[in-house]
Amino acid sequence: MSVFGGTLLIGVFIFVLAIFIGFDLISKVPATLHTPLMSGTNAIHGIVLVGALTIAAGVHGTLGTVIAFLAVLLGTINVVGGFVVTDRMLQMFKRRPDPERPAPK
Amino acid sequence: MIHYPQLVALGYLVTAVLFVLGIRLLGSPATARRGNRLAAVGMLIALVVTFVGLGALPWVAVLPALAVGAVVGAVAARAVRMTAMPQMVALFNGMGGGAAALIGAAEFIRRTAHLAAGTSTISLNDSIPIMLGCLIGSISFSGSLIAFCKLQGIMRGSPITFAHQRIVNGLLLAVIVALGVVMIAVDASPWFFVLFEALALTFGVAFVLPIGGADMPVIISLLNSFTGLAAAVSGFVLDNEVLIVAGALVGASGTILTQLMSRAMNRSLANVLFSAFGSQVSGASATAPTSDQAIHSVTAEDVAILLGYARQVIFVPGYGMAVAKAQHDVRELATQLEKRGVQVKYAIHPVAGRMPGHMNVLLAEANVPYTQLYEMDDINPDFARTDVAVVIGANDVTNPAARNSPSSPIYGMPILNVDQAANVVVLKRSMNPGFAGIENDLYYNPKTLMLFGDARDSVIQLIAALKELVPAN
Repeated sequence: MSVFGGTLLIGVFIFVLAIFIGFDLISKVPATLHTPLMSGTNAIHGIVLVGALTIAAGVHGTLGTVIAFLAVLLGTINVVGGFVVTDRMLQMFKRRPDPERPAPK
Repeated sequence: MIHYPQLVALGYLVTAVLFVLGIRLLGSPATARRGNRLAAVGMLIALVVTFVGLGALPWVAVLPALAVGAVVGAVAARAVRMTAMPQMVALFNGMGGGAAALIGAAEFIRRTAHLAAGTSTISLNDSIPIMLGCLIGSISFSGSLIAFCKLQGIMRGSPITFAHQRIVNGLLLAVIVALGVVMIAVDASPWFFVLFEALALTFGVAFVLPIGGADMPVIISLLNSFTGLAAAVSGFVLDNEVLIVAGALVGASGTILTQLMSRAMNRSLANVLFSAFGSQVSGASATAPTSDQAIHSVTAEDVAILLGYARQVIFVPGYGMAVAKAQHDVRELATQLEKRGVQVKYAIHPVAGRMPGHMNVLLAEANVPYTQLYEMDDINPDFARTDVAVVIGANDVTNPAARNSPSSPIYGMPILNVDQAANVVVLKRSMNPGFAGIENDLYYNPKTLMLFGDARDSVIQLIAALKELVPAN
């Protein structure tokens, strides 16, 4: 579905600019955060779920429905799992108020 | 037909902005968590406006998929142990790749069904992205599953190689591309499509098989960027701009991250991909440990005395600490030492553990203050002024062969200069070589003391022995 009246050229335009932004954003990240960053961007490409929903809206027949079901399922696991696991990693970077308190196991 | 197209477009714009801001905030420890949440809000907005825009959906299929996916994803992400984080990321990544491949398959079926009915033809603008999406998504899917199996121990972690492997893989890729071209230009037969998918999945497996466990983080990062590209390609198939933006952001970030990771090991990406690193444990590394080289095995009490009367101690954590879940006990040991006036620091090698930042995450979990964590370049000059360096389950990142022995497979990799400390204590389970399968000369150094056993047990014994000591002042 095209919301910007999308021709292929506009898509290429957006793609190239986004690539440059991506390069620039990442080159500034310290090594400490590489793991959470990989996990966070992993969650962001879960945006394929939007695509999975789009094909689900237009399917006909059993095969199409099965494929759409699987695509939505896999996309949802990617999105939910990705964001939750990243949040868990980053929770551990949080400074706790009381340094004497033993960490929960 | 899209309902409320302006609303959907604006929603996608907000999503794209939130993704960019989210990735930027992920770049600093203080704001990283907010960044992840911002990106999650962006994702939620994209999903909501997509539902609005699509209107009617086959809910009988979509709702169960959403519900099951959300539960599986959340439960898996919460249940996973910190040490299993890398393979969990690989698994989630594979799911995304699989979804992208399925989108390509669904579009292929839809367009060719129309083709058979004589109502439309597939233009190159559509067929090329469809085939690319299937190819990249499938490689990412099967490759990620192999990476998961290797790290989870379901499969052998070491490189799996056979004769002429590179030639076979290259031919496989050539056949896939040729088949894709035939399908785009000549005949989009469903059987060709099934064959194409099967070959693409096979290539994903073949691509990851020869890569050893130590290099797996680099591969997961690469596959992560593949999935990003597959998502962007799906955006071209479906004319969906938010897919293009988000996919391109991840594709670019994954590429940079992959390069940073290989650079931290002083190797090119090509070298990681094609050298089957760690499979050839021959040459200089195999000749290094000879019978005339002795190791010094000591008890926890010996080490406690050494530590208790030191001025400065540097801990060098590695994968062994993660496996033994010893991080809380290491921090307790550090606290005990600080009570005795010992200065404690932690030296973090960029690729210690199995992911960059792995050690930081674990030590932060154990409430170790940031100010005590030092990156490799900042801490290396300090070792010469240090009384005791304590290596806790780290191996290859301390191997002096990387500095001294040009014939070693890891020669040139930047290492922590542990051997420059006055004393070195190595906590290790056994004399087995590390992840890269290379012997470590450090253990045969006369000033190195080996404390064998599970890292956590050893640290607990050290804490007990330290408490027995007469206070230093």
